[in-house]
Amino acid sequence: MGVLVYIESEDNKFKKTSYEALSYGKALADKMNVKVSGVVFNCSETDSLKNYGVDKIITINDSDYKEFSSKKYSHALSQVIKSENSSDVILSSSANSKFLGAHLSGIIDASYASNVVELPESLNPFVVKRTCFTNKAFSSTEMFGELRIISVSSNSFGMIENLSDSTVESYNVDKIESNQKIIKLEKETGSVTIADADIVVSAGRGLKGPENWGMIETLAETLGAATACSKPVSDMGWRPHSEHVGQTGKPVSSNLYIAIGISGAIQHLAGINSSKVKVVINNDPEAPFFKAADYGVVGDAFQVVPALIEKLKARQ
Amino acid sequence: MNILVCISNVPDTTSKINFVENDSKFDSHGVQYIINPNDEFGLTKAVWMKESNGANVTVLTVGDQSAETILRKCLAIGADKAIRIDCNANDAYSVAKEIESHCQTTSYDLIICGRESIDYNGALVPGLLAGFLDYNFITNCVSLEIKNSKATCAREISGGTEISECQIPLVIGSQKGLVEEKDLIIPNMRGIMMARQKPLEVIQAKNINAKISDRKFHKPEAKSEVKLIKPDELDKLIDLLENEAKVI
Ligand SMILES: Cc1cc2nc3c(=O)[nH]c(=O)nc-3n(C[C@H](O)[C@H](O)[C@H](O)COP(=O)(O)OP(=O)(O)OC[C@H]3O[C@@H](n4cnc5c(N)ncnc54)[C@H](O)[C@@H]3O)c2cc1C
Ligand SMILES: Nc1ncnc2c1ncn2[C@@H]1O[C@H](COP(=O)(O)O)[C@@H](O)[C@H]1O
Repeated sequence: MGVLVYIESEDNKFKKTSYEALSYGKALADKMNVKVSGVVFNCSETDSLKNYGVDKIITINDSDYKEFSSKKYSHALSQVIKSENSSDVILSSSANSKFLGAHLSGIIDASYASNVVELPESLNPFVVKRTCFTNKAFSSTEMFGELRIISVSSNSFGMIENLSDSTVESYNVDKIESNQKIIKLEKETGSVTIADADIVVSAGRGLKGPENWGMIETLAETLGAATACSKPVSDMGWRPHSEHVGQTGKPVSSNLYIAIGISGAIQHLAGINSSKVKVVINNDPEAPFFKAADYGVVGDAFQVVPALIEKLKARQ
Repeated sequence: MNILVCISNVPDTTSKINFVENDSKFDSHGVQYIINPNDEFGLTKAVWMKESNGANVTVLTVGDQSAETILRKCLAIGADKAIRIDCNANDAYSVAKEIESHCQTTSYDLIICGRESIDYNGALVPGLLAGFLDYNFITNCVSLEIKNSKATCAREISGGTEISECQIPLVIGSQKGLVEEKDLIIPNMRGIMMARQKPLEVIQAKNINAKISDRKFHKPEAKSEVKLIKPDELDKLIDLLENEAKVI
């Protein structure tokens, strides 16, 4: 028995969501009175993991796993799960982790709960709390069977420091064939992605046209934030699809969400509800978004945003 | 080419979410059901593939009789045949197992699911299905082209796009971008008439046990009143974010 955390890394670095998954794994292991191990693919700098309570770090260093592949990674993890005799596998909610989670649960026949926000409320029966109906509700979900996969919703559990003496062990995987190969990666460099961002600055149709996004980008840059938009904005091609947030777009669970010129339609709110603090800038005091906001400014975005940028810059 | 599009029947996006029976069941009273938006992009893509390469398009849902309305809509959009596996969809695992068992009797080159359903949001069925069937799998799929038996797909990743190649059979998780919103096929009168003649087959379920079960639903706590800040007092906003909310 034991808890196993899949610890995602990119360019030899761990993501915040990985530390969060590990923090969850450690807390769960403590609750169950078992050990927690972490699996790392091709990452040599594992020292920082010791700050989050891991007992054993299992490293898979193999050029065959250089690029993420849901199938190859799932098969590799299924072998580790067997050899470690793990009962619970913890994942983050990153795009790759969710991609892998479902695939893995099909391969190892585990029960799987995604978007989990808290430690289990009971172990026997095993019941976790997860979001559903696109953040409009929570469910206390019972998981059956002896093998479980839990993916932890970003920014819900937090990172909990917990110094440990961990051992590092390398693991040799029995490889599987895959005819799937990556032929091209197109990545924007430098900009913060919505999934990783602590702060998201989002704008809607109130901005009138794509030419007015300069101030949104500047505000985001000033705050170290990612940019996002409402659905009509991406439908009209003012902004790329990848920025569309909401029920039918990306979910946002940042610490701070700033909505500018967005009315706050139910489908938009569904996607951003789980963000902790919401600020709304809108010139219509009746905009429904104010009901869902923590802080609001009733005013013209074209005046408020530049003024806000100026004040934030002055503060730095 | 044989294409299967898995359709999830979900509450309309504007639906009020309420629960009944001691908060253990979703209250479907007065709720309008729609094709899961992510599945709709996949269905339009499948119909395009039929128009360009003569593929065969089957739509399938696991659910009770009430799900037939949206299956008819899928036929009106252009699917050739609809299948309903008759049971309550209890969890993603049992749904994927039912679909797998159908795929053992009829083989498909391409299985299109939505990236996730907008009700239970598991993002599970497509991955499970790929795992069970040992098919290749691409989720968050934003473009797909199949030539001979080679598929070229683009997947949205954090901060970009990844393009990969693989052989079919393949399961994809579709989303907006695979087809643009404005290009979604809206059924016309002729499509609706034709749909009436198309086969809608009901298959008996295997009644597979669920792996997870929703015991109780809760709604988020009501929010406290918004704090309004005057546009000429933005220093106050910065102060609140810094010292009260502690988010900047
Ligand atoms: C099936 C379905 C799924 C959907 N999914 C999503 C989704 O995932 N995400 C999503 O966002 N939407 C979604 N929608 C659309 C949603 O219903 C709304 O239409 C959309 O969110 C509105 O976008 P908006 O707020 O940018 O535009 P609008 O509703 O047009 O609002 C613009 C706002 O800007 C304000 N404004 C105007 N000028 C200024 C100014 N100078 N300064 C400040 N404020 C100004 C206005 O007061 C108004 O409140 C979906 C709809 C459907 C039917
Ligand atoms: N009851 C169902 N019947 C058929 N397909 C389904 C069903 N539930 C989910 N799916 C498919 O699986 C996708 C992902 O659903 P989910 O795993 O619930 O997020 C959906 O977009 C559908 O394509």
